[in-house]
Amino acid sequence: MQEKVAPTKTGPGLIRKFFQLDGASIALVFVLLILIFMITAPKAFLGYRVYMSFMATVPPPLIIALGVTLVAVAGEMDLSFPSIVAAASFVFGILFKQWDVTWLALLCAIAVGAGMGLVNGLVVTLLGIPSLIATLAMLFLWGGLVTVLSGGIQLAIPDIYGTTMHTMMVGRIGGVFPAQMIWALLISAFIWLLLNRHRFGENLLFIGDNLEVARVVGINATREKIKLFTLSGALAALAGVLLTLETTAYFSSQGMGYLLTVIAAVFIGGTSIFGGSGKVVGTVFAAFIVTVIEAGLVASGIQGFWTRFFIGLVFILSVTANAIIEDPDKVPLARMLRARMSKH
Amino acid sequence: MADQPIVRLKNVGKSYGPVVSLRDVSLEIGSNEIVGLIGDNGAGKSTLIKIMTGVESPTSGEVFIRGERVDFSNYSVKRAHELRIETVYQTSSLGIKQPLWRNFFVGRPLTNFLGFIKVREQKRISEQIMRETIGFRSAGIDVDTPVGRLSGGERQGVAIGRAMHFDSDLIVLDEPTVALALSEVEKVLNFIRSIKENGRSCIYIEHNIHHVHAVCDRLIVLDRGQLVLDCETKSMSYTELVDFLRDLHFRDDQETKIAS
Repeated sequence: MQEKVAPTKTGPGLIRKFFQLDGASIALVFVLLILIFMITAPKAFLGYRVYMSFMATVPPPLIIALGVTLVAVAGEMDLSFPSIVAAASFVFGILFKQWDVTWLALLCAIAVGAGMGLVNGLVVTLLGIPSLIATLAMLFLWGGLVTVLSGGIQLAIPDIYGTTMHTMMVGRIGGVFPAQMIWALLISAFIWLLLNRHRFGENLLFIGDNLEVARVVGINATREKIKLFTLSGALAALAGVLLTLETTAYFSSQGMGYLLTVIAAVFIGGTSIFGGSGKVVGTVFAAFIVTVIEAGLVASGIQGFWTRFFIGLVFILSVTANAIIEDPDKVPLARMLRARMSKH
Repeated sequence: MADQPIVRLKNVGKSYGPVVSLRDVSLEIGSNEIVGLIGDNGAGKSTLIKIMTGVESPTSGEVFIRGERVDFSNYSVKRAHELRIETVYQTSSLGIKQPLWRNFFVGRPLTNFLGFIKVREQKRISEQIMRETIGFRSAGIDVDTPVGRLSGGERQGVAIGRAMHFDSDLIVLDEPTVALALSEVEKVLNFIRSIKENGRSCIYIEHNIHHVHAVCDRLIVLDRGQLVLDCETKSMSYTELVDFLRDLHFRDDQETKIAS
């Protein structure tokens, strides 16, 4: 998706250029992982069904991760999305159940998510609380509010199945291909353009790179951050509606399962933990990697309990690798090793 | 236009609460001249710059930019850009993880009506600025290079080139040679000379008297908020300037001793 690469004659140059492409190295990891699981779990990974299942379950966390990628680019963090997922699911579910509306319910759910994101943005910028802490607090606050408003109930909306909206959003194209994957890819392309080709994305890059520089060149960091958290909230809400459509149900802890996987996807994908750079394509592949690891380990006969351990391991290794690629001096271990090597 | 000074300060004073930072300063910056601003830490250099570029308002006196009185109530970085004044700060002018083509245009990118950046055009113009305005010749540097891979002197060149491209008449440089290797300093001094060759003005803030004396047309010395010297560089030799500043120091120390 990056600019076209000029052909070089030398092999190493070509390899280096490949790895400079947005998300190239993480795509390689993804392919390797699939190949490994094809050997360890051939029954599942050589058929097409498992891939269709990935494409049905990955879109919601992927869409959230796209928003969080932008947040991370600006050097901020958003942990409130599980509650926004729940809120949007609830709003969507209750509107459909009570008034039988579909598209309108979707719009309302996204509006509610955007509104919650807006409040997150105001809390972060006006109260000056670091976003990691502020959005953690908002995770509880919004989650509590949704549970109170919904009275702790669960909603089942089996009637949504078969509506035009259900078919268009999460139907199976040709009976097999999940429509939500198309939406997720369209949104990925949009977010890529926003980050890499739009002035909003550029402002985020500079805010995350160096807030003082952003201020000096005339970027209104407060306004951009409020927009950013609003967008992140809207995307989480859309993910919540997709999830509810797929499962035809709402329950209040619905989004909690995404907390780890979304954050892992963002940083495994190569977005800088220090802010100032983001890899949208990397996030797309990493969102799949997290799910594939989970499914692949289970299909390979490893006990399900191990999956979180391995995701955690992959998380820490890839974040370290990304940090070393970005700047070895920011990783004390790498710095120590380098100092020792240069001594000899 | 030629006779009109770019910036004119009339009896400007600035105090932060009880702390007086500037006292009754009057000066002018004309067109196409390099003015060196010298002073110790706390002499009021940064305050003076902030007032001249409109970032902060004075507590007394007036500021005129091209003869027009500055209304500080609606002043901003954007407004300063419109008035064609640009400040290049020591360390905070460039995003080091971002490529050159973004750094040249950040804050005022070329966009279409939807706000999407015209990347190809920005790259083309960046290339032109690099080669023609600031004369970059280092191998391995192109418009896609992140600024973090440039040397300190080259970074100053990028910031200066950016200011010139956007047609700033007055470029303020805040200690551009601090922490630079000797060969890098020479590059920066050449960038400063190119500002004048391009028909623009520059205020050059510097600790190193030698550099100031080498490139500036005029010298301004601030001492504890007051203007104590404003003269043509050629009217004073380097040694005379050093002696003058040493006397200033000496007098300060004396006064502090007496006061305490």
